[in-house]
Amino acid sequence: MGATRRAKLELRRVSLALYNERTDEDLPVLHDVGFEVFEGELVCIVGPSGCGKSTLLNAVDGLIAVTDGAILVDGRAVEGPGPDRAMVFQHDSLFPWRTVLQNVMYGLDLQGSLDKAERKARALALVELVGLAGFADHYPHELSGGMRQRVNIARALVMEPQLLLLDEPFAALDAQTREFMQVELLKILARARTTALFVTHQISEAVFLSNRVIVLSARPARVKELIEVDLPGARSLDLKHQAPFVALEQRIWRLIEQEAERTGMLTVA
Amino acid sequence: MDAATASKVTHASAQPRPAKAKSFWRRREHALIGTVSMLVFLAFWELSVALNWVNPLFTSSPSRIVRTGYEMFADGSIWTDIQVSGFEFIVGYGAAIVIGVPLGILMGWYSRVDAVLDPFVSALYATPRIALLPLVMIWFGIGLMSKIAIVFLGAVFPILVNTITGVRTVNADFVKIARSFGSNDWQMFLTVALPSSIPLLLTGLRLGLGHALVGIVVGEMYGATHGLGFLIATAGARFQTDKVMVGIILIASAGIALTELLRLIERRFERWRPSVGG
Repeated sequence: MGATRRAKLELRRVSLALYNERTDEDLPVLHDVGFEVFEGELVCIVGPSGCGKSTLLNAVDGLIAVTDGAILVDGRAVEGPGPDRAMVFQHDSLFPWRTVLQNVMYGLDLQGSLDKAERKARALALVELVGLAGFADHYPHELSGGMRQRVNIARALVMEPQLLLLDEPFAALDAQTREFMQVELLKILARARTTALFVTHQISEAVFLSNRVIVLSARPARVKELIEVDLPGARSLDLKHQAPFVALEQRIWRLIEQEAERTGMLTVA
Repeated sequence: MDAATASKVTHASAQPRPAKAKSFWRRREHALIGTVSMLVFLAFWELSVALNWVNPLFTSSPSRIVRTGYEMFADGSIWTDIQVSGFEFIVGYGAAIVIGVPLGILMGWYSRVDAVLDPFVSALYATPRIALLPLVMIWFGIGLMSKIAIVFLGAVFPILVNTITGVRTVNADFVKIARSFGSNDWQMFLTVALPSSIPLLLTGLRLGLGHALVGIVVGEMYGATHGLGFLIATAGARFQTDKVMVGIILIASAGIALTELLRLIERRFERWRPSVGG
């Protein structure tokens, strides 16, 4: 089945070490990581805290170079940030001096390939897509955390990326807003028809959002297991209380627990 | 002025607050009390001279200052001084901005540029620039040029140092986002470094302003043929207290007006900021 589908993203035996200036040592973060993300999929990456999930995402975005192996997007090796990928960062980090609309326009402004009216029209369409029509001229400090994260997502989506990268985008939100935003994200991504790679440490979030979940081991991270999320029906919040969902959640939790025990993060009773 | 009021209106409508209608007097309470206390002070001053409690040769009096000021403007003698000091300020302070801001940005952004220039900047920033006055006089004489130089030296370092700090304290997340969106160096500067350093840059401009005014006065007192500082110095030497006061008031007014102007610019740039206590 995999052979008939096109891989949007492919990691081929990726290893990555980060240089620590203070200790003058290389810290191995990723070790021989390989997986594929197919067109239209949403794949979540989970793993024990500090295992290198964000580093992996930064590498796919082209912000950090890999030490070994290759990252391919649509078959082309990633050599730096590019318009085919866009990142939604953990902290919304909207530019406080730009309005909602201007923040969403940011990437287009840098690219400079469209004239101002077109950039504005495209940004406005995205502002509406994420449900913020009427807030285009507000400044970030006038918005709630959930609204700011919507702007953050719109800012990435306006670039019409082939691959959307999300680095724990809901981590700073309160529990309720977080659940609502999960549902919203699925709607937004369905409308925008974007392939996405999503990093989180909340297992239920991963199961709820994904077609597949990649469980990473403790650092240096390898792919510990690839789990197909095959849940029936539309994804709505009450799914989270149903048996198949809970079973998957527990299975993933056990895998992470093993890693935590192995590295001494969790002491065995 | 129009832009400032307009921005306030949009801001207020964007963030509705419980409208507690305070009365006209209550809203202006602070300014009113200030005005009254000033008036009381002026009246007391005038009265103490009128009742011969103090010698006007030392203290002058509000009415004498106004009369002398009027005469000086009427016979046109003061205009040359204002023009000369104004020219020194505009050229010296303008040069300090034109050189200080770009250089500060370069030093803040490129650590190698900073490494080359930092010893000089740190040393000169710590030196009271007035101490350089004799040197400046030797180099440029007692004409306009030496005053322009001393105004420049006074203003450029606060502007430079604050701009450097502003650029250096740019939020790392913003830099990362710009890079992720494929920004080049120039775009990074325009869209991230410059807007985030504007608050500190304006602080630098305000501090520089104070130093520039000190530069004018001291420079002209030390050696000049015209200017407000020169006026104050010569009138002081002849015990013309009224004239000294006129000079002081003119310089103080210029300082207040320029500071207010900067504050207006600051507000224009910072309307995106959450209002404190809002």
